[in-house]
Amino acid sequence: MKSASAMMAASGTHENWIPLIDTAAREVFELMLSSQLTVPTAFEEKPLDVTAMVGLAGQLCGVLSVRCTGKAAAMMASKMLAMDLDKVGPEISDALGEVCNMVAGNFKNKVAGLSEGCMLSPPTVVTGSDYNLHSMSDSPALEVRLLFEGMPVNISLQIHS
Amino acid sequence: MAIRALIIDDSSVMRKIVERSLRQAGIDLSDVFQAGNGAEALGVLKESVVDLILCDINMPVMDGLEFIKQLPGVENAKNVPVVMITTEGSEAHVVQALSCGARGYIRKPFTPEQVKEHVIPVLAGKS
Repeated sequence: MKSASAMMAASGTHENWIPLIDTAAREVFELMLSSQLTVPTAFEEKPLDVTAMVGLAGQLCGVLSVRCTGKAAAMMASKMLAMDLDKVGPEISDALGEVCNMVAGNFKNKVAGLSEGCMLSPPTVVTGSDYNLHSMSDSPALEVRLLFEGMPVNISLQIHS
Repeated sequence: MAIRALIIDDSSVMRKIVERSLRQAGIDLSDVFQAGNGAEALGVLKESVVDLILCDINMPVMDGLEFIKQLPGVENAKNVPVVMITTEGSEAHVVQALSCGARGYIRKPFTPEQVKEHVIPVLAGKS
């Protein structure tokens, strides 16, 4: 585990956090959904119409978001609850919010200093794709694009240092 | 012996996952009570007796640490073991939770095996 300040000093950016976000997401999906995330061979520009967001405040300020299709979010809820896909309904937002919360928590636990010096907000879930997210970020978002059961899941960390 | 558990988490999905993980861990549950935050949980404990409490930390209204600080004042629950289940994984959080009276600490994400590993010793009074 490297400290947050050491990792930032090493490159002057946060780009070396991308593998940590990737690992944090993979661990959450493996442990809580029994699902292996895979790397897409090509990027499809499908509308991702469900977005979960968790705010980070303290030593690191920003927003971690998980975006996917409604079908992927329903599949996540189905796997987390061990329910048939056609039986899940109101749990979908809660499930995606929890996934986002666990990815954010798992990520910050991988960077020494962040675990104690950074608080997480409760998750917020937005449905629909026709919106723009304006954050106070002062650097480009760190993006991880993966596939969950063949469906795109984009994880993004926008940092406001 | 079947036990009565109280699961406290602001996510209903997570409460269901914790209950399923307890069952998968081979823990025989006779009753499962649920609460969305510490204040709700204190209300549940005024009406019900439980043998085990699993509690998140970050919750609205009353968080998990405040809840376990108030637990000794609840007649029904003075000696009920509490295991924290949370995304907050720092040593400082663990130490704080244990010093407030928690008997175990499980970090999310978790497996049923990890739940078993932490909860069984607590139920056996070994932790």
